[in-house]
Amino acid sequence: MFVNCLIEQARKDDRVFLITPDMGFSVLEKFRDEFPDRFLNVGIAEQNAVGVAAGLALSGKVVYVYSIIPFITMRCFEQVRMDVAYMRTNVRLVGVGAGFSYGPAGASHHAIEDIAIMRALPNMTVCCPGDPVETRELVRRSFYHEGPMYFRLAKNGEPRIHGEETRIEIGQAVWLREGTDVAVVATSNMLESGKVLTDKWVGQRKSVSFVSMPTIKPLDHGAIDILIQNGTPIVTLEEHNIIGGLGSAVAEVIAESGKGIRFTRVAIPDEFCHVVGSQSFLRKKFKLDDIQYHEVAN
Amino acid sequence: MARDHVANIRQSIIRMTHRSRSSHVGSCLSACDILYVLYFKILNIDPQDHKKPDRDKFILSKAHASAALYATLAERGFFPGEYLDRFYVDDGLLPGHLDMDAVPGVEVSAGSLGHGLSLGVGMALANRQTGNTGRIFVLLGDGECNEGSVWEAIMLASTLRLRNLTAIVDMNKLQGFGRTNAVIDQSNMADRWRSFGWEVQAVDGHNIDDLDRALRGSPKRPRVIIADTIKGKGVCFMEDRLEWHYKSPDDEQCRQALDELERKH
Ligand SMILES: Cc1ncc(C[n+]2csc(CCOP(=O)(O)OP(=O)(O)O)c2C)c(N)n1
Ligand SMILES: [Mg+2]
Repeated sequence: MFVNCLIEQARKDDRVFLITPDMGFSVLEKFRDEFPDRFLNVGIAEQNAVGVAAGLALSGKVVYVYSIIPFITMRCFEQVRMDVAYMRTNVRLVGVGAGFSYGPAGASHHAIEDIAIMRALPNMTVCCPGDPVETRELVRRSFYHEGPMYFRLAKNGEPRIHGEETRIEIGQAVWLREGTDVAVVATSNMLESGKVLTDKWVGQRKSVSFVSMPTIKPLDHGAIDILIQNGTPIVTLEEHNIIGGLGSAVAEVIAESGKGIRFTRVAIPDEFCHVVGSQSFLRKKFKLDDIQYHEVAN
Repeated sequence: MARDHVANIRQSIIRMTHRSRSSHVGSCLSACDILYVLYFKILNIDPQDHKKPDRDKFILSKAHASAALYATLAERGFFPGEYLDRFYVDDGLLPGHLDMDAVPGVEVSAGSLGHGLSLGVGMALANRQTGNTGRIFVLLGDGECNEGSVWEAIMLASTLRLRNLTAIVDMNKLQGFGRTNAVIDQSNMADRWRSFGWEVQAVDGHNIDDLDRALRGSPKRPRVIIADTIKGKGVCFMEDRLEWHYKSPDDEQCRQALDELERKH
């Protein structure tokens, strides 16, 4: 979805440029072959990739840098801070493999701290699309957005949750259900789990709100405020460290509202994963898929 | 004997990547002869006493070839061969990249390229300062040498004259998304290391005797072996093909590969 949107735009917009630090086999070929002058494999060198991207962006390009999440965020973090965030360059860091997508590959490939560190950078917009529609919408917005962005992509093949015609702006929550017994706020690759969970509760005659949060920064405070005003218990769902991600962002809004409501963060505990297994295996292990209604709602 | 062990290692790798449908079989096959020579002829190690303080240490910096290291450690007796069945599977034991807590013999956790040589410099320096005779060996990919941090470590090692440090570059001329020299021109790899103050030897990375000879001796400075290799070595349909960085052998390909390796030895 990401690369198709990019190709579509590149055909009419010659600012679009794509850099990879040696990743993207079987994904980026189409772009490379159609726009050989606007594609660059800089080699396995993420710091250089981000610096070069910022230089191109300072010269008028809109530059997408594509790799696996840990390598595009952490292997080059100071280049991201100085050359992208500080200078507000139109660089879009595009990371694949959210959370435990690369489960059995091991901890080096798990992406569980990225939201926290990217959210802490001034000027950075943090997008965590959870289905192909969210990806399409936010990637399209990125063509005309001013300033740096980070895209946390999952892996190819997430099911579509939103209607085809849905339009989503940067910084906007998407309401999938409205109800008052409990509210599930999900982001990134937990969107599908959130859907399964809320469908189940609705089947049990609960009144449920289900909110997708495809942008973590800027966060849609208004959406959270509505839930707080209604006194609805909130559950956040993310495949990310419990520190610094969606749960933390929502907690900040709740804490400053001055109102007490029931609140639960479902996330990965603050530890490296030494267990070997697929994404679904690790989700079970860390109890991301096993939420009991009575534990989170009144 | 040598051929038996190396063939066993290669066959284990085929079975592991087939069973778990994991990537990097080409990267593993490329490094088997190097790993065999290190673990069976060069390294001062004891599988029964894997933490002995004066041991030589090996760092697999191109840690995506973890299956090759696991297969070699099992073949050398660090842990039972059955452990290899638990590579990259649910409730497994051996992750796709390295976790030093997983099994005996894995010296460092790794999986992000460009870290291993720096770790090696630190270990070599510590050993020298404490009079520990253990030597440090680091295996890098040729694509991995794109990383600037590799060159930072190279410069420091020669400045410190770390003669107990040996790097090996697995020069298979392929990396993640293209041919190494087409992505970043490194055709004068040996000259680069030499100009940074290292002793350099270029050898055939699949010739056991040449590798053995190159890895012996006591260099005066940090030393690098540029090992000319073929990615996917030993399985004809995998050799020198970028796609085998990613694909895993299906049932039929697994059978073919095991047959070919059986016939060759
Ligand atoms: C810092 C970092 N960037 C990217 C990757 C993804 N990656 C894994 S293997 C590989 C190619 C490695 O090529 P090379 O070093 O030549 O090793 P080979 O498999 O050819 O032996 C890449 C880009 C990574 N593991 N770490
Ligand atoms: Mg290579």
